[in-house]
Amino acid sequence: MKKEHQDSLRTEELLINMGPQHPSTHGVLRLVVRTDGEMVRETWPQIGFLHRCFEKIAESLNYAQVIPYTDRMDYLGSMNNAVAFCLAVEKLGGFEVPERASYIRVIMAELNRIASHLIAFGTYALDLGAITPFLYGFREREMIVSILEKVSGGRLLYHYPRIGGVARDVTPELVNETRVFLRQMRKVWPEYNTLLSENQIFVKRTANVGVISREKAISWGLTGPCLRGSGVAFDLRKQHPYSLYERFSFDVPYGQGLKGTVGDCWDRYWVRMVEMMESCKIIEQAINGLPEGPFMNKVSRGFDLPAGEVYVPCENPRGELGFYIISDGGSKALRIKARAPSFCNLSITNEICKSVLLADVVAILGSIDIVLGEVDR
Amino acid sequence: MTHQEVHARLRERFGDAIHEWQAPEAGPVGAESFRTYIQIAPEALHDVCAMLRDDSGLRFDFLRLISSVDRMECLSSVYHLYSYTHHHEAVIRVDLDRGNPRVASVAGLWPAAEWHERESFDMMGIVYEGHPYLRRILLPEDWAGHPLRKDYVAPKEYNGLTNE
Repeated sequence: MKKEHQDSLRTEELLINMGPQHPSTHGVLRLVVRTDGEMVRETWPQIGFLHRCFEKIAESLNYAQVIPYTDRMDYLGSMNNAVAFCLAVEKLGGFEVPERASYIRVIMAELNRIASHLIAFGTYALDLGAITPFLYGFREREMIVSILEKVSGGRLLYHYPRIGGVARDVTPELVNETRVFLRQMRKVWPEYNTLLSENQIFVKRTANVGVISREKAISWGLTGPCLRGSGVAFDLRKQHPYSLYERFSFDVPYGQGLKGTVGDCWDRYWVRMVEMMESCKIIEQAINGLPEGPFMNKVSRGFDLPAGEVYVPCENPRGELGFYIISDGGSKALRIKARAPSFCNLSITNEICKSVLLADVVAILGSIDIVLGEVDR
Repeated sequence: MTHQEVHARLRERFGDAIHEWQAPEAGPVGAESFRTYIQIAPEALHDVCAMLRDDSGLRFDFLRLISSVDRMECLSSVYHLYSYTHHHEAVIRVDLDRGNPRVASVAGLWPAAEWHERESFDMMGIVYEGHPYLRRILLPEDWAGHPLRKDYVAPKEYNGLTNE
């Protein structure tokens, strides 16, 4: 090509703003993207639009009062958040939890995990231009939401786990309803795969895109499906069980590069899909073995925790949620720090969005599956 | 490796830069104990972390969390580490001068630290030296003060917005 032609074809770098109000960013996330034609050179995620000072507020409340605030962090996994917080307080305070309560927590947490993954499944398809899976995902999610509503009174934010147990007992009718849901979920799961997982357009958009190597995933502190998608079979429920998870048998799915490379978007998506089935296994075992007994140990309302500090990590739908609680001996914490998995998972964005197509940024962000309420806290 | 063994290993190499081991106080339920951390001198932080990451017996490849704590007499930066290789964990704590809290950044060792340190700078005002991009992360650029400090007073007004 002649020199003058080359000059006339030279592209110019362009700064593009994605968000804060952009449907594919799942909330209020602003991405500043430096592009060269269709290629992305650099991305700067701008976060904080949903910052509600969780950690500051938590210092001015007693422990029981903090639980509803944890619900509002990852609002798609409210049960899981509250369970994690209660476990941390219980460990520091030495409170015992009845066996039945632990089982109920497992059931609710796993139901919530499925509900969360169903949204991840639906919105991910939505990001990539398919509307139908979203509607199917919400159909099944509605069944879970109805179960959780009956047990807690809320459809999104439950405030159900309490320090020392759970707020209300589950009834036999509710157990039956859960069984009906499990049957339905197992029936439609293969349909999801026909509809989306095996869909050639979907595979072309996600396989070999946004590959995160095992080493990168670990050094950037990714957890949950993002870590497992990169081929690390690590699940806190398995390796460091809490809340009696050691009693249930389930597998830990991890990325194997079935459609492309280990650690690509499809692998992360697939880990979530398989996890839904594993959660069904856990729920089934838990409702079959649900022990009789109290669902709550009475803990006085305004208790003091002994001075000390504790960090309790739990496996949330999005990864490791941990509460680091430092107590100076009073009824309020000196400091409560939440390790939010979405925050850590999002930090890798710039690293994997170098030299990808602009349209792939949406595919990559969707596969990380963030909830901005938790990123910003 | 237990927490205490990690401590002994570090003390062997770094001597007095690693504070003495404090036996964890027994928790209310039997042997379940809490409050275990390895306190080190802030100047040694980067070297200690490099050893924690690279030593074949320690191999802490996962930086879980960096938290900042205002203890009034000092500010602390606390590092929770985990090893996927050996499945053990460690908690490192440095206490910093409240008037001039500065400590070396570990973002070069674990890129995960980048955002944690930015948050800690934003909320508590700890300066991580050598950080590639130490800017506020959750609060607006022009925000004054560091809200998680105990003596922070929330402003009545911000850019024409009032909270009354």
